[in-house]
Amino acid sequence: MFKSLAVPEFLAKIDQIKCIKCKRCIQNCGWSVYAWGGDKVLIDTFKCVKCLRCYHYCPEEAITIEDNPVKYRSNANWGFYNIRNIKRQAETGGIPLTGMGSDMPYPVLFDSLLIDACQVTNPSIDPLREPMELRTYLGKKPAKLEFENGPDGKPKLKTKMPPQIKLEAPFIFAPMSYGSISLNAQKTIAIAAKELGIVMNTGEGGLHEDIYPYRSNIIVQVASGRFGVNPDYLNAGVAVEIKIGQGAKPGIGGHLPGEKIPLDIAKTRMIPVGTDAISPAPQHDIYSIEDLRQLIFAIKEATNYTKPVSVKIAAVHNVAAIASGIVRAGADIVYIDGFRGGTGAAPSIIRDHLGIPIEHALAAVDERLRQEGIRNEASIIAAGGIRSCADAAKAIALGADAVALATSALITMGCTVCGKCYTGNCSWGITTQRPELTVRLDPEVYAERLINLIHAWSHELKEILGALGVNAIESLRGSRERLRGIGLDSQTLDILGVKPVGR
Amino acid sequence: MQVIDAKGIYYRDLNQKVREAVAKGEKEVLLKNVNGQYYIGDGLNGESTITIEGVPGNDLAAFMDGPTLIVKDNAQDNISNTMNSGKVIIHGNAGDVLGYGMRGGKLHIRGNVGYRVGIHMKGYKKQAPVIIAGGKAGDFFGEYMAGGILILLNLDGEKDSRPTVGDYAGTGMHGGVIFIRGEVDKKLCGAEVGITDPDEEDIKLLKEHLTDYCKDFNLNIDEIMKGSFKKLTPASLRPYGNLYAY
Repeated sequence: MFKSLAVPEFLAKIDQIKCIKCKRCIQNCGWSVYAWGGDKVLIDTFKCVKCLRCYHYCPEEAITIEDNPVKYRSNANWGFYNIRNIKRQAETGGIPLTGMGSDMPYPVLFDSLLIDACQVTNPSIDPLREPMELRTYLGKKPAKLEFENGPDGKPKLKTKMPPQIKLEAPFIFAPMSYGSISLNAQKTIAIAAKELGIVMNTGEGGLHEDIYPYRSNIIVQVASGRFGVNPDYLNAGVAVEIKIGQGAKPGIGGHLPGEKIPLDIAKTRMIPVGTDAISPAPQHDIYSIEDLRQLIFAIKEATNYTKPVSVKIAAVHNVAAIASGIVRAGADIVYIDGFRGGTGAAPSIIRDHLGIPIEHALAAVDERLRQEGIRNEASIIAAGGIRSCADAAKAIALGADAVALATSALITMGCTVCGKCYTGNCSWGITTQRPELTVRLDPEVYAERLINLIHAWSHELKEILGALGVNAIESLRGSRERLRGIGLDSQTLDILGVKPVGR
Repeated sequence: MQVIDAKGIYYRDLNQKVREAVAKGEKEVLLKNVNGQYYIGDGLNGESTITIEGVPGNDLAAFMDGPTLIVKDNAQDNISNTMNSGKVIIHGNAGDVLGYGMRGGKLHIRGNVGYRVGIHMKGYKKQAPVIIAGGKAGDFFGEYMAGGILILLNLDGEKDSRPTVGDYAGTGMHGGVIFIRGEVDKKLCGAEVGITDPDEEDIKLLKEHLTDYCKDFNLNIDEIMKGSFKKLTPASLRPYGNLYAY
């Protein structure tokens, strides 16, 4: 057998008449699809992932990347990837890995929700010319506020406020570790977070010294591998997050392949060079809500109660009860990651079949915390499939305090969601540690693009608020009356707590 | 020396007092009547020595960075959780999940230890955490170990007929080294572990760490070194390298 029976997904083609043999495609492809054959560029199309780096850098537009027309015979039941994965597994005995969020055609409820607008009976607001408030504080809020008279006779807040994270807009950058993404990608996000007055999250890979200057815009993460966690690290950011799970891979641990562990990553994570960085499936000191409480307060003790503690979980069937336990365990923030959330590496069997969507999970958690009278005890961050400002607005109306973005942030850096992050060959320099690739990502240049995106989404969010006739994001938060479901069954509407369109 | 009576004090108030004493530059602190208070030494830095009378609660020395803790009695679970540097000495037995993700410093235990001890310990070049237990250990000893040194001595073997180490020793191990005094049954080890005899360099390393250990518990180093040791190391840097289809 001279080649794999798993047929290539894509065909890379070069128009030999247009090609000026500049070899830029050879230099730019991180996957070694192209090689120089003496008089022309040779193509190994089996390696192509359609990341489109070559297409963008070809000065003559001589390159096209097509979906392979020689796909298996069409069959409504046995899809291309069903057959292809079996062939790959037959050849390797391995578990097919994937990157990014699930690409399976599950229903996306965000696309079945419509937002209200003002007409006649209440005035809309023009956000370009009137004040519009997006500022958001994440953290535990007191059940009531008490005041006393200050020395000057004026009333003054008596209640001691728990620590809060201040965001200029209800967006945060979701956890992506140094290791899963390059240092330049992390720097890009850090620069943007600082400029925007929002926060990024280190993920579980420690904090590289180059990121320390952005500490006032960073949430540091403690996960089951405990990579890079020391007292300095815990106190470095504005909050500490305990990662229990991730939407793309609920219930399983992390596995950063050895290809992505060069010296610098090994040093930050304190593991041998070239070994696989393994994050155990559970945190072995957490087998119950009581144990979670123990770690939450171990961190609060280590940070002298100065930082909010967030707990990140994947959205699973009993998410509402679990979230209630997390809040009662003392978490200041509950981060819920829906099953369409992204990942640097996950077995496709897990990514595509475990967990539940963020829309259902968010609605269930918000409702449950309200019923129990503890919604004020923690903020909710919603993540896992926020593709646009519309998704963000709908998530906030369903009860989120803020939404977390990762894939959209990477797209601003050149990512085309090719989903091959786990290989460490990213031609755009994002999910790779190969120095010749990471150098392509200039943090200053790409931070500008990321800042543009968040500015654009902030403008869009203000337009939505204006149309709703409210002048603060706080007025949309948890306001499900401003949402209607289209084409949804009554049980789904009930879970979401929204009425059908027309009612 | 500052003496703090922990009798009936809530852990949060006790630890606040300890933090204040250390911040003030107190070199010796004695905690009397400790009875299960959590988080003693949690996130603490500096060079103080804190002696604990009574049994401290879970997460002793979690995230600790520098101080020395001496426990005259038994101790509970999660000791030295993600500890960065410093030393913890336990004169009795200790519980489960000791040294989880430990990054540096030493944990010396005179007696037996529970399950999943030394889980996912780290190490980079000279910064290597060390855990030494004088007795026996439960299952999953050194699970996911990525660095550092684990030593198990089985000093009181005659009194206790259980095997020195429990089932699945070193399972998922991909760095670091485990030394076990006496014989090790291959059946009790994880698939990722190779068992060899220690070489001269290893014996030198063992002697160096055990000399310090013997000082803490007033034991005879020559007696301990008389026994033979087995060395457990990862059979591969990438035990799961072939798990996936790319």
